[in-house]
Amino acid sequence: MRRHLLSAADLGRDAAVRVLDVAEQMALTQRREIKKLPTLRGRTVVNLFFEDSTRTRTSFEAAAKRLSADVINFSAKGSSVSKGESLKDTALTLQAMGADAVVVRHPASGAPHRLAHAGWTSGAVVNAGDGTHEHPTQALLDAYTVRRHLRPGPGGAGVGEDLTGVHVTIVGDVLHSRVARSNVLLLHTLGARVTLVAPPTLLPVGVETWPCAVSHDLDDALRSGAPDAVMMLRVQAERMTTDGGGFFPSAREYSRRYGLDRRRAALLPEHALVMHPGPMNRGLEISADAADSTRSTIVEQVGNGVAVRMAVLYLLLAGETPDGRTPGGDS
Amino acid sequence: MSTTLVTGARLLGGEVADLLLRDGEIAEVGTGLTAPAGADVLDASGLVALPGLVDLHTHLREPGREDAETVASGTRAAAAGGYTAVFAMANTFPVADTAGVVEQVQRLGEEAGWAQVRPVGAVTTGLAGRQLAELGAMADSAAAVRVFSDDGHCVSDAVLMRRALEYVRAFDGVVAQHAQEPRLTEGAQMNEGAVSSVLGLRGWPSVAEEAIIARDVLLADHVGSRLHVCHLSTAGSVEIVRWAKARGVQVTAEVTPHHLLLTDELVRGYDPVYKVNPPLRTQADVEAVREGLADGTIDVVATDHAPHPVEAKDCEWAAAAMGMTGLETALSVVQHTMVDTGLLTWADLADRMSAAPARIGRLAGQGQPLAVGSAANLVLVDPAARWTVEPEAMATAGRNSPFRGTELPGRVVATFLRGRATVRDGRPVDREARHDTRHDTRHDTEGSRS
Repeated sequence: MRRHLLSAADLGRDAAVRVLDVAEQMALTQRREIKKLPTLRGRTVVNLFFEDSTRTRTSFEAAAKRLSADVINFSAKGSSVSKGESLKDTALTLQAMGADAVVVRHPASGAPHRLAHAGWTSGAVVNAGDGTHEHPTQALLDAYTVRRHLRPGPGGAGVGEDLTGVHVTIVGDVLHSRVARSNVLLLHTLGARVTLVAPPTLLPVGVETWPCAVSHDLDDALRSGAPDAVMMLRVQAERMTTDGGGFFPSAREYSRRYGLDRRRAALLPEHALVMHPGPMNRGLEISADAADSTRSTIVEQVGNGVAVRMAVLYLLLAGETPDGRTPGGDS
Repeated sequence: MSTTLVTGARLLGGEVADLLLRDGEIAEVGTGLTAPAGADVLDASGLVALPGLVDLHTHLREPGREDAETVASGTRAAAAGGYTAVFAMANTFPVADTAGVVEQVQRLGEEAGWAQVRPVGAVTTGLAGRQLAELGAMADSAAAVRVFSDDGHCVSDAVLMRRALEYVRAFDGVVAQHAQEPRLTEGAQMNEGAVSSVLGLRGWPSVAEEAIIARDVLLADHVGSRLHVCHLSTAGSVEIVRWAKARGVQVTAEVTPHHLLLTDELVRGYDPVYKVNPPLRTQADVEAVREGLADGTIDVVATDHAPHPVEAKDCEWAAAAMGMTGLETALSVVQHTMVDTGLLTWADLADRMSAAPARIGRLAGQGQPLAVGSAANLVLVDPAARWTVEPEAMATAGRNSPFRGTELPGRVVATFLRGRATVRDGRPVDREARHDTRHDTRHDTEGSRS
């Protein structure tokens, strides 16, 4: 793994499979009575959050703590950031405190790139979501979830395997979604086939250059596409006003054309998964019975996030052990 | 006044000749000229002599943003880049929308003495796009403004644009439009296309530029006025201007050096030094603007020199200011992209970077042929030299050059402003070292008509 995780494109096929495999080992350790590993003892991980995101921040915090790292939570609210301190000065401050890794969530696309490459900090930078760019650990946990369910294999939980032949359909506001960008890249790297479904207004100009198929018809995509997993993206209702861009006429029309309701869920193959990165707008992009159905992995995704983030922090900060063993690999 | 004999220069890259500069004019042109007693002799063998460059689009930042640039530092950079005249854009603080501000800028230029400074007047009060500024007062002022622009903002209201085009005809002015449909570019960060889709940066679509240019050439045609298009950047814009010229519309257009060379692929690292407005486009656009400049569809190379303090670029992309410095790299970039590629001759380059901008800006005494009786505004270039761009070594106060670390051809060896060297041996000549600091620009603002 490289020194930073800024984009899902930073991971090649083998590196991505490696993260998923390590995450599997991490998940095994989390079933023990004592969940804490000594691996990152004495190392400092800073959660630098310029946007509210309780679920991602606590997931990273839990991951770092279970690896025995010291965790500093630095959130924009109530800090010098809201008084106009620049990203650079914040980074220099954290550098002075000796951060080994900086997990950054920022409203500006590319802010983690700047943090990693502008010479402001020497720590490893993990992108925890930047603007409408990427959210690579979300893509990793989604791939991990898909692999567990669809590639159980003889070794259990798909260890060592990629996602060749799996078809994932991603539905919704692709234009503004960092989750979609990271997922398209990572799923493609892992050999999966991806179809994006959205109204044309919610797809970026240039999407035709992405390694995926595009459709505007959800019924057709579910019926003839027969996806192995369907991933619903959050849609912000304010996108329908002209101030928000006027991307669709009304929440009701959006829901009618692109929502995963009971009827559409029934079009899915028997084994197909229903996924959502959260937080959900129940009744807009997904109906309650689709979200709560037995095929839904939405709650499981949250739990898998901790294992995947443990794997990422471990690989970035501790690297490989000399004999190639990973923590928990003996259990 | 000083007398200089320049020997053995290739005039416009062609024939070799000597030039005698005396009393601020080119006094003699020929071979084997003898230096008068006391004359400075400059051996220019191997160098190309061009009329002093004229930049139709410079941001000197003063008054108001002296932390970014001053008239003195900006015009020193201009001289270093081979320029003898610059048109200073109106987006200062206060805005150059009154006779008082344009006269102040003109006076600061005269005091600095590095290059002739021609203030551009704002089209609308405060660049707010609501009401015409006192264009006539600026035209009648000592600064005799002829170019009007809200650059940085588009005059997007069609009625206001029509009135501005009509009104400036009374004093042979021109409206230089920053073509950017505002609603299509709200929050725009970079060119909209394949790269923006991957980077998650909000797109600035080509159509936002092209739609305004299309509207404006039709308006200019309708009211019979002159229109100048600032920093044209897309293949579609070139096509529209080509069409308009074929139709007889009085439209002229400029392209920046950075749009001749750089593409949006550079944004992938999110380094805001590549953030500029209009944004860097695609390779297809680069090829189209080169072709447009070669065939005369695009009349002018203008720098859009936009210095910023370090902190304005030392941040995340979305928070960064738009703009790049350009005065000291323009000639090299145009040599690299247009002359060394065979698209333009040196004589063509002299037209695009000196004669045409002087003509559009109604600036007599600049952009003249290298002939007896012309003002002695000229630049000597070593086309064989190569240099590596180092912003810290530049005369501009801005460090935001997108060409940092790039090796470019062509070096300005000497620049003469009315016969006095503002640059000698590749270095700016400070005022105290010059023979004569008297300098008057006011009588030159009327004159040639295109």
